[in-house]
Amino acid sequence: MSVPEELKYAETHEWVRIDKTIGTVGITDHAQGELTDIVFVELPKVGAKVTAKQQAAVVESVKAASDIYSPVSGEVTEVNSELENNPALVNTAPYAEGWLFKVQLEEGVDLSELKDAAAYRAQIGAE
Amino acid sequence: MFAAMALTPSELQRTPLYGEHLRLRAKLIAFGGWEMPVYYTSILEEHQAVRQRAGIFDISHMGEVEISGPKAPEWLNSMLTNNLDRLSIGEGQYTLMLNDHGGVIDDLIVYRRSETGYFLVVNAAKIAEDVSWLQDHQAEGVSVLDQSQLFAAVAVQGPNAAKVFRAIGELPTRNHFERFKLGSVPMLAARTGYTGEDGFEAFFPAETAAEVWSAFLELGQAEGLTPCGLGARDTLRLEACYPLNGSDLSPETTPLEAGLGIFVDLKKTGFIGQETLVRQAEEGLTRRLVAVKLPPKSPPPRPHYPISVESEVIGELTSGTQSPTLGVGIGLGYVKIPFAKPGQPVEIDVRGRKFPATVVKKPLYKRNVSA
Repeated sequence: MSVPEELKYAETHEWVRIDKTIGTVGITDHAQGELTDIVFVELPKVGAKVTAKQQAAVVESVKAASDIYSPVSGEVTEVNSELENNPALVNTAPYAEGWLFKVQLEEGVDLSELKDAAAYRAQIGAE
Repeated sequence: MFAAMALTPSELQRTPLYGEHLRLRAKLIAFGGWEMPVYYTSILEEHQAVRQRAGIFDISHMGEVEISGPKAPEWLNSMLTNNLDRLSIGEGQYTLMLNDHGGVIDDLIVYRRSETGYFLVVNAAKIAEDVSWLQDHQAEGVSVLDQSQLFAAVAVQGPNAAKVFRAIGELPTRNHFERFKLGSVPMLAARTGYTGEDGFEAFFPAETAAEVWSAFLELGQAEGLTPCGLGARDTLRLEACYPLNGSDLSPETTPLEAGLGIFVDLKKTGFIGQETLVRQAEEGLTRRLVAVKLPPKSPPPRPHYPISVESEVIGELTSGTQSPTLGVGIGLGYVKIPFAKPGQPVEIDVRGRKFPATVVKKPLYKRNVSA
């Protein structure tokens, strides 16, 4: 179960990669493994406001639809439109080509509630 | 992203194959009061295994009810919709058991074992209800025995299923069953299934379950036989447009509304629910269970999503999924009768947004029969 060191994690199994004022959001390897077989991803619109811990996207497996919560607050600047053609990228490359959306972080955004890799590993019981 | 699974294993029943599921590291879920594998590796992989090679399912959760006695043929015919007189010894038939209002209590397969002996295979969640309904109506000279605890069962489905069985024997013809022996284990094998593929369902003593499961997996190794969970069972049956009781069938829907008229003999002498069905047939239906298909890149449809035409809600989905074979969303749902014809454009409401779909002819998947 991969949990990259450089990312921040939400308890609800999303990750965010902070690059200056832009946060790139996806779901964790653990999450995609639990969902299996992702067949559809509903993304927010570019320009939409997302709020930390609020629903921002929906990922659907064969079996069920799951809400995705944004780990950070801000404005959506870009979405991964490749997922429209190939939603399985979330399964095969959850931290790379399977990213979901990018957020222009709100000024003074508080990331202290997010977990580091070690804390998230502990949460999912991974080595 | 998802809440912890609300599994309370202590309240759930387990089949005699539970240990095998754990050994194979299956993902388990609660289904109809049972703790069952939803998949072993992936719903998509298991679905494809059945369409292309062969899959084996634990169906031990299903119920087996033995009906016998000199009055059994006549009495059972009054409890079920299909015509039992047409059933020869060694043959099975899909049929329905209805309440007094013509609503579905259960759909099942009845096998005729002898002149006056029958074997019913019923849905897991309905065993207790079916047995008490039968016993409440039981006539003199009829015995009703719930043997569900005595039997384990597997379904082996897919184009290679008959080859998997070859070491045991030649499979009976479609809808027929025969007695076989696997080593020293006696079994009943029927050429039936719930996937739209060729295959068989085998019933054997519960205490031999693990032995039989392993034996089939070994016999099927060269044929690509893959353990499959309820997830693939659901996508497979939905492509074949087989209804699922509790979703597509209920005490409030009749077999005619569900499009199962060919399994109802309206002309036979008296069966429970017949008056309602005869009236429906005379007056015409007001709604009907139809199949719908969405274009590529639409979200998968799910049970209870509203179906509408020009902003008017005309029905609701009772089943829905992403079809692994077709690569698009598919579903079943009841719609008002003017909108039930294939080709009818409709809209499916997904989380408040409407997506176009089309009513299509059933089934959504039909296997190529070359032999």
